[in-house]
Amino acid sequence: MKAISDDLLTQCMHCGLCLSVCPTYELTGLERSSPRGRIRLMKNVMEGKIPVSDAFVEEMEFCLDCQACETACPAGVKYGELVESARVFVEERRKGFSLKQFVLTKIVVRKRSLRLAANVMRFYEKSGVEKVALGILKPFSRRLYNRAKLLPRISNQFAFDVLPAVTDPKGEVRGTVAILTGCVMDVFYADVNKDTVDVLVENGWRVVIPQGQVCCGSLNGHNGDGKTPPILARKNIEAFEKSGADYYVINSAGCGAFMKQYGEILADDKVFAERAKKFSEKVKDFSEFLYETGYRKPSTGIDRPTVYHEACHLVHAQKVSEQPKAIVKQLSGENFRELNEATWCCGSAGIYNVTRYEDASKLLDRKLKNIRESNAEVVVTGNPGCLAQIGAGIKNDGLNIEALHPATVLNRLYKSGKV
Amino acid sequence: MIGDNVKKKLKDIFGAKNFLDSTEHRIAYSYDGTPVITSMPDSIVIPASVNQISGLMHLANEEKFAVVPRGSGSGLSGGSIPSENSVVLLMNQWDKVIELDENNLTAWVEPGVITAKFQSKVEAIGLFYPPDPGSAQICTLGGNVAENAGGLRGLKYGVTKNYVLGFEVVLPSGEVMRIGGKNMKDVAGYNLKDVLIGSEGTLGIFTKILLKLIPMPASSKTMLAFYDSIGSAAETVSAITAARILPAMMEFLDNPTIRAVESFSRLGLDVNTGALLLVEVDGPRSAVEEDAAAVEKICRTSGANEVRVAKDEAEAMKLKAARKSALAALARIRPTTILEDATVPRSELATMVDFINKTAKKHDIQMGTFGHAGDGNLHPTGLTDERDHAEIERTERAFEEIFRKAVELGGTITGEHGVGLTKRKFLEELYNSPFVQMMKTTKQMIDPNGVLNPGKVVSLTPRCEGALPRSREQIERIMQKMDNPSEAYI
Repeated sequence: MKAISDDLLTQCMHCGLCLSVCPTYELTGLERSSPRGRIRLMKNVMEGKIPVSDAFVEEMEFCLDCQACETACPAGVKYGELVESARVFVEERRKGFSLKQFVLTKIVVRKRSLRLAANVMRFYEKSGVEKVALGILKPFSRRLYNRAKLLPRISNQFAFDVLPAVTDPKGEVRGTVAILTGCVMDVFYADVNKDTVDVLVENGWRVVIPQGQVCCGSLNGHNGDGKTPPILARKNIEAFEKSGADYYVINSAGCGAFMKQYGEILADDKVFAERAKKFSEKVKDFSEFLYETGYRKPSTGIDRPTVYHEACHLVHAQKVSEQPKAIVKQLSGENFRELNEATWCCGSAGIYNVTRYEDASKLLDRKLKNIRESNAEVVVTGNPGCLAQIGAGIKNDGLNIEALHPATVLNRLYKSGKV
Repeated sequence: MIGDNVKKKLKDIFGAKNFLDSTEHRIAYSYDGTPVITSMPDSIVIPASVNQISGLMHLANEEKFAVVPRGSGSGLSGGSIPSENSVVLLMNQWDKVIELDENNLTAWVEPGVITAKFQSKVEAIGLFYPPDPGSAQICTLGGNVAENAGGLRGLKYGVTKNYVLGFEVVLPSGEVMRIGGKNMKDVAGYNLKDVLIGSEGTLGIFTKILLKLIPMPASSKTMLAFYDSIGSAAETVSAITAARILPAMMEFLDNPTIRAVESFSRLGLDVNTGALLLVEVDGPRSAVEEDAAAVEKICRTSGANEVRVAKDEAEAMKLKAARKSALAALARIRPTTILEDATVPRSELATMVDFINKTAKKHDIQMGTFGHAGDGNLHPTGLTDERDHAEIERTERAFEEIFRKAVELGGTITGEHGVGLTKRKFLEELYNSPFVQMMKTTKQMIDPNGVLNPGKVVSLTPRCEGALPRSREQIERIMQKMDNPSEAYI
């Protein structure tokens, strides 16, 4: 039984400053759906005063783990760590089969299984089966129909398969970077991976795709599976170390945030503790890296009104906010618009939009309302989950707006001069 | 415990959906922003109308249970911590601004409106609502009125009561009373409005509040002055006052607080600074320039090593936000922060700060002090760990001495947080008896059955609220009962 640290729990002095930024508290107005309320419930569970009740489990799952509360918390409470430990605590006590855990531990983290699943899905989309299936589904369950209809398209080819293991820049080499092609990113947004490589190469970096790389483990770590992430972390450390890269550039906010935590995750590992720490120090988010090392400014900019949506795992978990925003501002110039509540979760939150579709939809509606009010035609964001979620919302509402990763924006500007 | 028959009646009044009594909900309403003390209510209700609140009070009088009103639960004196045998009345969903009257410069609001949201709303049309408590991002206007909240702009602009023109309130009897209106002058009878403002939820439940607004100052300037010692910072405050300058804000932070705030806000403050002063002047542009220059000069002659002027509004906002984070940021040093708000006349500031530091040393406790230097409202904060009972005890003893000293210097035990549970004992001990007696008589008369937030501010004996966990002995006793969670939580 892994306990939740009493020191971490006591760090919360329940001042309530987290209430104003918590999306779930905003939805219910109830204290137990707030960070300090959940911490108080965890404390009571850990002290054995209340059991792991249905209400407790519900509250831990209702949380988006967006960590906006961590940004707001002057006391420095590590809420993300707390809620993730609480979910592990819950899962360890769960009796019976959990589809979510099955998918996470048996499919997502296994490259072969994930590919198989993706290939089946691609066939389903391309062969016309989807049209038939959606047609059958529509009269039966409007909800399922809506959900199925909005899935982003499966990539035609996985970047991991088609991109060379090493790509050299034309002129002088500034250094070597290794990239993670990811699971969600490669299944749905292989193009973003290609754009990432192109942009890095364009800026003088030799790009290596470590061949032994696996899923970063964040979806597991965020969903109550404490056992898988250390295994994946060790595999990735070995694979990335072999690349000899100076930096590990990650284009998915969720993966980057998690890989920056490898040092903490493996802190007690005799063999890997020191290596994990070094690994995490080399991890940089794509925008963070470009901003810090400098990049070639394209000769043209984005010619439509543009906003920047701050992915939770960038702004709150990695505290990377100014850098991507500065880049988007540079690329859009006078077309840049401020997005109201830019740091609010869009509802994607890993697999939250699948497991808790209704709650996620409310947050998506709020996000779309803010985007519409900004009159933007381009939404830039550095996370595949947000791209999918906001993309689905745009598609559903029939809006003339494009959701793009910063790498895609830059690559288009380099290649065609137009976004 | 409230019986099932009463719970059924509560469900009849509020509807099953708005009646909560699961253990999880009760735990989530067992605390507010106050350290150490917690206690679970029997149930929680979410009202949809004034009639329902009225009905609740009728039922409370019939069935003899306590009603504890609650906004966001950010109070620091235990005012919204449930007593025994109580129902929490949750007002945070009453969050509409009902009317903004630009002809009279007034606003009708519901009590659950968040203070900061209200401020931005009126500022967007060039108006200003000055009361600015440190918790403005989360606290409610209803809570502000109930506590007569102060905050960062007290010196020049006053506190919440200076902006309340009237309200609708449900009395403990269940009757609905209306006081005041859009008149700037009104002397019809006793000034009962001011009896209810700051009554800490013991005399009535605000359901609608009429607030006064003023035009937004044309410009403002914010600056930071860095000192080696708190003494020089206090001297600056006296010198600014003597120079007949009235800043909108004069806040100070001591070294431990600077360290904690810097660790959270990353403003680039020198963590070896002994003390710093945050000064804001506002008004017409020319006057602001003049005042700012004069303040800067005074800071330097009073011993400031450096004076930094915020370059724009965004930086000024950052500085003020950092100051507001002070209390919670101090929890980075030790997890439990026992914050008090002893207040003294401005001229006694240096004496009081000196006494606080000596007292902390004497009782071997860590203390971080910050506060509203301009109005003498200090926030000495004991840095401790609620799991270390001996240290908590020493902290309480130190505060007892600090309160006595404050009163001795012509000050008060609380400038803005209220008496609540935590300072009730000191109110009775340190204030003259007719004053305390009149409060008790007032409470007795308005709430004869002691059903509305009993045990807060003053205690009437015998009373129905039962034991309230505050004195050391009580805390120890409850600590021993920890094995039986239904009895008490700490």
